[in-house]
Parts: sequence; C-alpha cells; structure tokens
Amino acid sequence: MRDFPTWIRFPVADSVDRAMAWVLANLGWFFDWVGDVGLQILIAVERTLLFIPWWVAIIGVGVVAWRALGRVRSGIAMAILLFLVGTFGYWPHAMNTLSVVIVAVVFSIAVGIPLGILMAWNNTARNILTPILDAMQTMPSFVYLIPALMLFGLGRVPATFATVIYAIPPVIRLTNVGIREVPASVIEASTAFGAGRWNLLFDVQLPLARPSIMVGVNQTTMMALAMVVIGSMIGNRGLGMEVLLAINRVNIGQGFEAGISIVFLAIVIDRITTAFARPKKVEEATGEDTEPDEAEEANASKAPA
Amino acid sequence: MNSQPVPGGSPPPAPPDPTETGIAVRAKGVWKVFGRNPERVLEPKFRDLPKKELQRRTGCVVGLRDVTLEVKTGELFVLMGLSGSGKSTMIRTLLRLVEPTAGTLHVDGKDVSAMSHKELLEFRRNLVSMVFQSYGLLPHYTVLENAAYGLRLRGDEKDEREARAMEALNMVGLAGWENYYPASLSGGMQQRVGLARALAKNPDILLMDEPFSGLDPLIRRQLQDELVDLQSDIGKTIIFVTHDLPEALKLGNRIAIMRDGQVIQVAEPEEILSNPHDEYVRAFTRDASPARVFTASTVMEEPDMLLYRWQGPLTARTEMERQKREWSFVVDRKRTYLGVATRDVIERLAKAKHTTVEKEDLMYLEPVRPDVVIEDLFGVVSSESYPLPVTDEDGKLLGVVRPRAILNALSTGDDDA
Repeated sequence: MRDFPTWIRFPVADSVDRAMAWVLANLGWFFDWVGDVGLQILIAVERTLLFIPWWVAIIGVGVVAWRALGRVRSGIAMAILLFLVGTFGYWPHAMNTLSVVIVAVVFSIAVGIPLGILMAWNNTARNILTPILDAMQTMPSFVYLIPALMLFGLGRVPATFATVIYAIPPVIRLTNVGIREVPASVIEASTAFGAGRWNLLFDVQLPLARPSIMVGVNQTTMMALAMVVIGSMIGNRGLGMEVLLAINRVNIGQGFEAGISIVFLAIVIDRITTAFARPKKVEEATGEDTEPDEAEEANASKAPA
Repeated sequence: MNSQPVPGGSPPPAPPDPTETGIAVRAKGVWKVFGRNPERVLEPKFRDLPKKELQRRTGCVVGLRDVTLEVKTGELFVLMGLSGSGKSTMIRTLLRLVEPTAGTLHVDGKDVSAMSHKELLEFRRNLVSMVFQSYGLLPHYTVLENAAYGLRLRGDEKDEREARAMEALNMVGLAGWENYYPASLSGGMQQRVGLARALAKNPDILLMDEPFSGLDPLIRRQLQDELVDLQSDIGKTIIFVTHDLPEALKLGNRIAIMRDGQVIQVAEPEEILSNPHDEYVRAFTRDASPARVFTASTVMEEPDMLLYRWQGPLTARTEMERQKREWSFVVDRKRTYLGVATRDVIERLAKAKHTTVEKEDLMYLEPVRPDVVIEDLFGVVSSESYPLPVTDEDGKLLGVVRPRAILNALSTGDDDA
C-alpha cells in the first residue's frame, strides 16, 4: 500500500519523444535554415573578435572599463585580467567563448525586452510567462542540450540556443519588474497630458525602468557565461571545452587555467555592464557645465518618440 | 469662452452650444463603482443602499454616487471632502483618468463621456491640464523639458514649445532653473514645474488635485496666494481639490462638499460657514477659523447714531442727551464719512457758538474697507474704544464694526456644540 500503484501511468516521456520526432520530420528544414544563419553569424562575430589585434582589444577594454567605472585603476585591473587570459594561451578560446556569449546575449535582449514589456502591460501574458520562466530557470541546464542537439546537431549553434534559453529569464523578468515599478503618479500625470501607450513606453516606462533592465542584462550575461562550459558538452569549443578536456584527463593545472580564464572574463564583463546599470547622475547638470556626453545621452533618450 | 488663439496649435474650437455658454464643466448623474460588474449597482434594488451595506451584498465599492455639478467659466471651484469622499475620483473622471460607470460629463461643451480613445487623447492634449499632489514629473527630463512635455505630446515644434514652456516657467517664478533636473528642486519648486507644465499649453480649464497638500505651510500659503493672483490675471476656470477647509475657503469662489461619493452642499465659502447644510458640514467647518472667511461687510452693522455736518452743535447736544450717548459718527451729504464727535467736542463748539460741526473739529478714526477679513481687524478693534467705520472707495460710510459682532461671528457654528 505504501508504494505508488504501478497501473497509474501517464507517459509524458513518450509524448515528448513523439512531438520531437514530428518536429524533426516536418520542421527540420526550418531548423536547418536557422542553424545555418546562426552559424554564419557566430563565425562572423568570432572572426571579428580574432581579427582585432590582442593589444587593441586589451587597451580598448581597459579604456571602456575606466570610462564606465570612473577610475583609471579599475581600467588597468580589467586590462590585466584579460592579459592574463592571453598568457595562459587561451586567447582564441576566449574569443570563441565570447562570440557565443555576445550572440546569445544580443538575441536574449532583442527577444527578452519586448517580452518583458508585454508581461508588464498585460496580466494574462504575465500569468502565462511566469511559470514558463520559473521552469526555464529551475530545469537542470543539461536538459536543454538534448533538444538543442536534436534540432541543430553538434556545434556552437545548439550551444548558443541552449545558452539563450538558460540566460533569457532575468532580462524578461527585470524588464517587467522595472516597468511595473514606475510610479503610478508619473504614469497618471503623463496620461493626463495626453500620452498614449507608446508615448508612455518610450518617454516614461523604459527610461525609468532602465536601471532595472540593465541589471537584467547584466544577469543574463553572467548566466550566458556560466552556460558556456555546459554548452561545450555538445561540441562548442572555446574555454568550456578546455575545462571539459581537463576534467576528462584529470589535469588539474589545465583545468585551473581554463576555469580561471572564464572567471576573469566574467569579472570584466560584469564590472562593465554593472557600471552601465547604475542610474545616471542627474543632479548638478546646468546649462553651461553640461558635459558633452551627458547632453548626448539626454538627446538620445528624447529621440524615440 | 476665453481661449486665446493658439498659433500652430489646435484647430479653432467649435462654436459652443448656446445653452452651454458660461458653463465650463457639467457633470450629470455621474457614478463610479469599483468592483465586478459595477453596472448592477445602478439597479433600483441596490442603488440607494448605504455604502457598507452595498459592499457587503455586492462586493462593490461606490466611489461616486449620482454626482451632478456645474462649474462656471472663469470660476475657481473647490471640491472638498475627507479622504475617501470621492473628490479625487470626481476630478479624474473629467479627464477619464477614471472611467465613470454612468452619467454624462461635458467639459468645455464637449461630451467627454462619449469620446473615443483618439478623441480623448486630443482632448487631454489641448483643452484641459491637470496638476497633481505628487507632481508626477519625469525625473530624466530637465525642468524645461518637463514644462514642455504637454506641448510635445500635442506635436508642437521644438523651438515653439520651448519658448512657451519658458514663458510658463517665468510665470511661476522658475526662470533660471530650466536646465536642472526635478530631483535637485524642493517640493514647492517641483510643484511650480507641475503648474508650469499645466499652464504651458494654455488650457481652458485647469484641474488641481490637492496640489499644495504635500508642502510645508509657508510654501503652501505662498503658492495659494500666487494661485489667486494667477487666477485673477489669466482668468482660467480652475477646479481645485482639497481636504483642507481653510484652503478651500481662501481659494474657492464656490465650494462643493463631498462625502461618501456624494455632493452634499455647493455654496459660496461664507454660506458654507454661516449656513452649513447638515451636521457633517458643520463638523467640517468647526475647526475652520471664520476670522479668515468673514469680512468686515459680513459683520458690520448700522451705526446707532449719526450726526450730519450741517446740524449745529446745539442740535447735536440735544440728540446726544436724548439718546444718552457720549459720541457719534459724523457724515456729510451722501453719507461721506467725516469723523467722530464726542460730547466734549460738541459742548466746546456750542460754547463757541459754532453753527456747524466741521471736519477739523472731529477725531478722525481710520476707516476700513468692507472686503477686509476680520482676522486683520483684531488689532484695530482691540486698540479702539469706538467701533470701526467701514467705507467704500468714495468714502461713503457703509456701517460700523463692533467688537461684539466680531466675537459673535467667530462663535458661529459652535452655538449648538
């Protein structure tokens, strides 16, 4: 009596298998096409990254970090971390990994922000999306590898696909939260002056939700980096593959180098994107002393009406 | 109506319906019910139930119950009530920020309740502005951009809208602050930005929802005074929501008192105080100081005795004897106020065989105007042993104010308490 009765069976596994088989038989051409396009994009990004001389990349990252974080010391620290990755002999691997992360993050933002807006606008959409996002985040990330493998075969395309699924929830969630947390009084006042839905979105909601959205982008980027190692199980090369090889060979030294390279990459990306997530300083800008870049930012935020 | 031509702005307004002339806002039978299936509350079996009973039986909360109001063009109309009385809901239905459940709303001769979404946007962009208690400024816009936001939504060109916004900022005393962000301004200044944003598009009607409630008392009084000045300069129709009776009494040409979503009295400030409609209004008005409401004209009385200049001192002495009085106001032809004659003066004049009482002989007591609030009379009244003469611009004696009358006026409303 204590055991679950064996005659009650609801064979979900079979249904999932059958659905997958149907998709492959009927929509295979579509996924082949998506896979081809995705591969071209990934290769193009990786080639671009590898085309940039290593010292230009390191100096460039140093300068961006310095501007974003506001301290020369931070810029130098970021440049040194990237330099160390090079000294381990992992520069090309890092660029490969970075290309997957970049493509996955750009795709996540392009899809995630509109989905987040939809969620914020529409409670039904939120009620449908919330459990899906919960599932995407709690599902063991390995599980995504199976359908990715079946749809796109081996290589970096399925790895990117799995990375997107794993990494997209934060940007969706935080876009939703950011828009919902815009004070009702500001929305009401703007509405009273005749702002329509799109005026509200571009003049009020997105600008005020910007810090929250940027935190989402930052988290999505971090999760994409974390997924890279797992993605190497289905044939993505790069730093993840090096870690995997080291594990298989029980090569502690090599594993450490590859692992710490991923950590360095993560630190650099995290510090820079976090800096962009901070709200703009707006207090002491007056007409005369407005810095040119601040004025540009202000203009840019006015543009999309 | 008083809409000035707007260069490059909205099309000229349609000629107003002759029956609507002079009426800026007309609300008729307006209901707002919050909850599921709000329409059923209007059914006969529910509509007259008290608020609590209705909530228990239907789960719906009544925000507005059959509100009918008329606001005249150019008037400063105050909606007053405690929180939950429906005053903020009412003002929001005028822009359909809150959708009324039933009833019709005409603003500026246009049927707001029947507007499509598109017409509503046009309406909000052009004819009516609103000022909010919480300011509702955009933190990422400068003061100038905030003031120009309504104009931008309307589609004005950048140069023009910035010129108009600057004009509005000057009007509210914020010239020089246009490039700051709202976060660096004090509350009072942020509300000035809110006011400038509302005035920039030169609306026919200005809606103000407790605009000064969040501000400290001095700033608040200052802004109230400025609003009164502004109102007399630009002559807009203003609908002003407040929970503060002194504020309502100070600003309002007429006041509507609301309770539980109903309008229970619409009257001029003095009438609200002197003739409260029911116990609720009376309770409301109890802690209002009538000293700030009543004017000299409210409390002045006929003088007990008057002497005319051409009456000789002998006549005057006889009159005083007969009426047992020690002094009297003296007037000229047309009741022009001259001064006060005491018994001593009259005796002296009689001995000197004067035939008339001349101004030089009299004690001159500074007269006050009828529109002075009695709070300002306290100092004068208590330092004089005579009543205060009240005169008009031509110096005509209208009446006198006695300290006793002031005390009586101050105790109005407390008689039954």
